Amino acid sequence: MNFFRQCLILTSSFLISLLTYVGISNADGHKGFKLGVVTFLSGPAAEPFGVPAWNGGKLFIKLLNEGKAPAPYNKIGFGGMKITAIPIDESGGATKQVQEFRNLVQRDKVDAVLGYVSSGDCMAIPSVADELKALTVLYDCGTPRVFEDASYKYVFRTAAHAAMDNIAIAKYLMEKGHDISSIAGINQNYAWGKDSWKDFSVSVKKLSPSSEIKNELFPKIFSGQYGTEISALMNSKAKVVHSSLWGGDLQSFILQAKPRGLFKRTQVVFSAGDHVMPGLGNKYPEGVILGARGQYGMMAPDTALNKWFYKSYMDEYGVFPAQPPYRMVQGLMGLKMAIEKAMEKNGGKEPNKDEIAAAFKGLEFDSPGGLVQMKLGDGHQAIQPHAIGTTAKDKDGNITVTDIVRYKASCVNPPNGIKAVDWINAGFPGADC
Amino acid sequence: MVDEILTIVLDGAIYASWLFIVALGLTFVFGVLKILNIAHGGIYALGAYSTATLVPIFYSLGMPEQLVILAMLVSALAVAIVITPIMERGILRRFYGQDEVLIVLVTYAIYLVLEDVQKLIWGMNSLYVSEPRELLGALEFGSLYYVGYDLALIGLAIFCGLFLWFVLNKTQSGKIVLAVIHNPEISGCMGVNINKVYLAAFFIGAFLAALAGSFTAPLISVQVGISVAVVIESFAVVIIGGLGSIPGAVIGALIIGMARAACVHKLPEAEIFIMYFCMAGMLIFKPKGLFQGAQARKI
Repeated sequence: MNFFRQCLILTSSFLISLLTYVGISNADGHKGFKLGVVTFLSGPAAEPFGVPAWNGGKLFIKLLNEGKAPAPYNKIGFGGMKITAIPIDESGGATKQVQEFRNLVQRDKVDAVLGYVSSGDCMAIPSVADELKALTVLYDCGTPRVFEDASYKYVFRTAAHAAMDNIAIAKYLMEKGHDISSIAGINQNYAWGKDSWKDFSVSVKKLSPSSEIKNELFPKIFSGQYGTEISALMNSKAKVVHSSLWGGDLQSFILQAKPRGLFKRTQVVFSAGDHVMPGLGNKYPEGVILGARGQYGMMAPDTALNKWFYKSYMDEYGVFPAQPPYRMVQGLMGLKMAIEKAMEKNGGKEPNKDEIAAAFKGLEFDSPGGLVQMKLGDGHQAIQPHAIGTTAKDKDGNITVTDIVRYKASCVNPPNGIKAVDWINAGFPGADC
Repeated sequence: MVDEILTIVLDGAIYASWLFIVALGLTFVFGVLKILNIAHGGIYALGAYSTATLVPIFYSLGMPEQLVILAMLVSALAVAIVITPIMERGILRRFYGQDEVLIVLVTYAIYLVLEDVQKLIWGMNSLYVSEPRELLGALEFGSLYYVGYDLALIGLAIFCGLFLWFVLNKTQSGKIVLAVIHNPEISGCMGVNINKVYLAAFFIGAFLAALAGSFTAPLISVQVGISVAVVIESFAVVIIGGLGSIPGAVIGALIIGMARAACVHKLPEAEIFIMYFCMAGMLIFKPKGLFQGAQARKI
């Protein structure tokens, strides 16, 4: 009787395991790929960044699983493995995110984690990722310090860091003959704002040594009220006002500064100013020089891949994609290419994370925003081409971006092994423009 | 130099006015109900959302532009009418007389619920309603332009403060409220309906919070999370001025507004901590705030 019971239990366990395996396997025999996706789904960064990024990610994952993406992304899922995404809210700070990351890796047993908008989270996660040997793709955050101050085996960033945004804007101002004899800045008081202003002001000083810094303002993040700062900027009479404000802060700044004439009195530049355009529409001022943290949205290149993504997103959500969905899709494309490259190498078997990490290192892949090259941070940090433009009204009176100048990745990104700020200070040696 | 001083005074006054309107309701509710209402920020956000919803409807009905202020007042009133019975009658009443820390936790819980209510009703997208700000044009002061709407906020703050002072000190109802503030038990024994006074006081506080949100909506992008900074800054005002004191809220808002404006213009590095510096200084030298009068000891 006892023997009979043991046989029954063993047979049941085997059948359950078999059924579970079959259940999560695809028709071609591959297991699924579990992907943790971390981005802001609540809080002030959700509407401008997290939600549109996840909208783009969701759509792309759906199209990948259906095999409806164009070549070279036309293989189902990741190398035939259908993708199951587990979205996690990024709000709550770095300590909470480290815990969420551990949950994803140790409890949910994800195969990889793709995420992080906040530079603070991007600084906190990589050491934990390497400790847990968890494949991690940073898709958005801007701080250059992730791979400049350390190196990681399992962590990759598939988008360029923020130095590119500010170097390109300084070059654009110079090339277009704008008066940069005096500059002022309003940037949020944390790593992103401070680094952005440093990169921009040092770049301007390098390109025009006589340029004078009139005012440096660092209001706290999410302050929302900028009346006093606008007065101070206007009083400074700087020829150029630089800002890396984002999300609700940028929207509020624009709404408050426009009726006070700031945009008419001085040349305003926004290093990441595109992502509020879908929301603000024609409330966005004309004559603003802006970047999109890459060739994204209205400044995206005229390629078949971009046309496909732009149209797919417009059809699904009724609004054009700005930088956030482009960057998440770029991360997914990088991960897919790395997995499929590793599979090619191991004869089509499902690759382990060491094989994927090895394939990811130094990878080059096409994205809607142009060619992405994992060239910095010893092959873990991407560089990509950039574009800067100026806002204007089109013939129908709608706000658009014109006068676009495109920069090669090697023109506005430092070479491997040199910190961005050192490269700027040295006068951009080896820049290939 | 004169231009710069004028700019600092104007910027400081505009910021102080906004702070005062927000803090006035908070300090009044504490004065009467002895509740430090963290959910005040949530009501402020609801006021901003309701205005961002109602004003476009108002314009779509083809109503005269000048009456948009009325629509903003109505939206603030609607928020206060809906939120007061739910919060005061439904929840807070059960905690009167309990430990202050418990009540703070209860209002914090309500604040979190209100944040989710905003997401539930309006979603994650930003709302814009900048049109009322164009109503009063722009005025030139020195070398700068100021938006008339922003300057009108100074008038609104003065009106709110004077009106509440007048109601409290010059009307019979106000004197009843003052009696309840002084001693609710004795007032109850004298025939005052304490519950009604509490309800009315909470309504006024909620209306002022919603009014501040309503009149701030044209300045900002209305989105989830706008209430966080408001809660912190209005607390700083009432701590400096003294919890429950209306003149204290005036002085507290002016101190923070002027100090912040002076810092942004003359010492931008200090702007980030000037509010906390003022608050910490007050807690060290006058822990009960500038206008917290001597209290009779109850035996």
